[in-house]
Amino acid sequence: MSRPATGKPLNWARLGESYALLVAMVVLFCIFGLALPKTFPTWGNVSTMLGSQAVLVFLTLALIVPLTSGDFDMSVAAVLTMAAMLIAILNARLGVSLFLAIPVALVVGLLVGVVNAFFILYFRIPSLIVTLGTGTFVNGIVLWISNSATIGGIDFALVMWVVGTRLFGIPLAFYYAIGMALLIWYVFGYTAAGRRLLFVGRGREVARLSGIPVDRVRAAALLTSSFIAALAGVLYAGTIGAADPNSGNSFLLPAFAAAFLGATAITPGRFNPMGSVVAVYFIVIGITGLTMLGIQSYVQNLFYGGALVTAVALSQLVRKREPQDFN
Amino acid sequence: MSAAGALPADGLPRRVPGEAPALYARNVSKVFGTSRVLDGVDFAVMPAEVHGLLGANGSGKSTLIKTIAGLHAPEPGAELILYGQGVPFPLPAGGARANGISFVHQHLALIPSLTVLENMMLNDLATAQNWRINWARARNRVAEVFDRFDIAIDPQARVADLPQADRALIAITRAFDEIETHAPEGRGILILDEPTPFLPKAGVDQLFSLIRAVKANGVSVILVAHDIDEIREITDRATILRDGKLAGTVYSAETDHAGFMELIMGQKVSLFQAGKDLAPDRPVAARVRGLVSKAAEDVTLEIRQGEILGLTGLIGSGFDRVPEAIYGADPATAGQLVLGDEILDLPGMTPGKAMARGVAFLPADRLGRAGAGSLSIADNMSLPVLGKFRTMFGIDWAAIERHCLELGGIYDIRPNRPGLRLGALSGGNAQKVLMAKWLQTRPRLLMLDEPTQGVDVGARQRLFQALDAAAREGSAILIASTDPEQLAQLCHRVLVFSKGRIVSELTGARITKEAISHETLAIHPGVAVDHIKEAAE
Repeated sequence: MSRPATGKPLNWARLGESYALLVAMVVLFCIFGLALPKTFPTWGNVSTMLGSQAVLVFLTLALIVPLTSGDFDMSVAAVLTMAAMLIAILNARLGVSLFLAIPVALVVGLLVGVVNAFFILYFRIPSLIVTLGTGTFVNGIVLWISNSATIGGIDFALVMWVVGTRLFGIPLAFYYAIGMALLIWYVFGYTAAGRRLLFVGRGREVARLSGIPVDRVRAAALLTSSFIAALAGVLYAGTIGAADPNSGNSFLLPAFAAAFLGATAITPGRFNPMGSVVAVYFIVIGITGLTMLGIQSYVQNLFYGGALVTAVALSQLVRKREPQDFN
Repeated sequence: MSAAGALPADGLPRRVPGEAPALYARNVSKVFGTSRVLDGVDFAVMPAEVHGLLGANGSGKSTLIKTIAGLHAPEPGAELILYGQGVPFPLPAGGARANGISFVHQHLALIPSLTVLENMMLNDLATAQNWRINWARARNRVAEVFDRFDIAIDPQARVADLPQADRALIAITRAFDEIETHAPEGRGILILDEPTPFLPKAGVDQLFSLIRAVKANGVSVILVAHDIDEIREITDRATILRDGKLAGTVYSAETDHAGFMELIMGQKVSLFQAGKDLAPDRPVAARVRGLVSKAAEDVTLEIRQGEILGLTGLIGSGFDRVPEAIYGADPATAGQLVLGDEILDLPGMTPGKAMARGVAFLPADRLGRAGAGSLSIADNMSLPVLGKFRTMFGIDWAAIERHCLELGGIYDIRPNRPGLRLGALSGGNAQKVLMAKWLQTRPRLLMLDEPTQGVDVGARQRLFQALDAAAREGSAILIASTDPEQLAQLCHRVLVFSKGRIVSELTGARITKEAISHETLAIHPGVAVDHIKEAAE
């Protein structure tokens, strides 16, 4: 049999689409670098940006797992806050060692995932509704157990593990985030589990008739997202050395923005971890730059919301406005 | 290029001298990237004519329709003339509707969760501003339209609760209503894009009488279809496209089945015919005992290794429940499956269990149930065999790509590009991909539901050869289908269902298209009586 030619010409449109966000990130960096030559393009600023936003990378990675299997998880930010708060209460208030407090926080995170999966899969309720409810519920618990107050005094060892120690000048948190992204990249692309996740998201019935246990895969995705969100909470506690019952919630929109923005890059049309990382740092550069220019903090929300819609719109133009299939 | 029955260039069938065609698309070409999908096509439809549009998958018929609709811009040099008046080509958005052209797509564009009435009003609601909907008047108008065409459908019924045939009638009536509101009396063009593949024979008949009634109102009907016999039955003339070029326009009544085939394929097609004889000593591959599932009642059958067994009957006769139940796709309420020396309870069957035992199932709904349209050919094909490509570094994508290219060559998938989205392929090629997905696993029992729905004649023969080859290698193949021609071509044995039971078995030389149709439509009194008795109890 004659083998058809496999030599593919470089597809510039495709290539442009895949790396547009990366290019935009570099361009944005250069613009702020020119505007703030003394402060913005310094190693100190870059390493702070890389290290401090590792929490957002984790949370975005948590989201793309159920998004790939076709479910929303709106409870991730609440789980993050819950995990951070549990560590603060157990460690700072009750004097429990970090080696116990962290596993407890992670297990509680997993429990939220179990509750989500139960209501979504047993009662067949749309994931958006269930996780919106559980997220608000968990947030209520956090306010209750913390008395709506910030709790500081977490063992400094945690801060050292997360942002206090630097490797090549960058806080360890950044490497954790990259490690998690690589892990998910590998699972998504190179394991049968990742393939099953994708098929469940793109065609539930197709997946079922191909012998994939659809409910088990969806449950696993929801548990994974809660677990990674709890890990993000651990990082958050380590990043600020304290836990406050509200600020974690403000990560929800940026994480969604980064997840959808990331789905337009690297592997366009699919939620993918590398795209998510690029998207997070694109957003972070924009906000840090604007803040350093002295613009007020409401700009953050303008940027999060605006970046999401604009970037997705641009990528749609490249695709000649074919509807994108995120699910 | 001349073919039997082709018309001379200007031999349009005029009812009165000098009559202009309702639609005349001249010199239409369309280039996508580097491929010329339409090449200088002339297409003329007379007023009050039913005109068929045929061609193999990928011949350009949907592109032609979409170009006329204004969804694609033709290459320069094309003209569109409606009733003798030149119009801008492409038509601007909404231009087709304003000129009295209305489309019914295969998927009908009905909203299942809304009522018939609400669906009928969708056109008006979509465009007109109306701050005070007069429901009583709308109801009366819909009732009036339905009356005119002798359609007995309750306007308050939910579309989801209606059979497929009724839905097609609603969509066509709605399109006719749209034409009437936009075109002058006795004008208008209704374009139907493959409305029949999902319909039982009775539904097709209902549809055809509606088309005749629409035609009697002076409206021209363009019918895109695959089924040559249907085209010959309903159309006055037919235009055949081949590889983007005009293969010919013919009078349907004067052209025989073989003539159409020749125009579609470009050469005489030799229909695939499987050998009808199967050595009687082949071991049994699978046995079904006492299967009860929805319409199917107490079905018992067996299939031998290397046998191609057809199951057929009218829609609703239960034949199509058998593969669903065996595979656990839609589990049965009672019954057993015997595979080799293992006895399985059918109510507890799951696709996973079936797959583990070498049973595969290819549902009729190609992009809804059988394959994921938004994922690539390679993604879809490799799903059941991912384990084979696992290395210590995870899945070996380069090997999968090579494997899929090779399968693409064997099953003649066009274009053979594993990275392409499955949804971008024509029906026939998508089916080849999905068939390859299962055949590569060398299943012990492969079951297919309507395997050639929406697949053109040429690709059909290719699929049949692949199934025959798999049977020769020992797979047992079970085909559930309402297409007697396909069963006659392929099967060693055909079981005909009526009211949930097997009423007839055809073997060897008795398997002909006519015999299958006859048995399907024949009255089987014993069954009916049983039924009444059961209902009484």
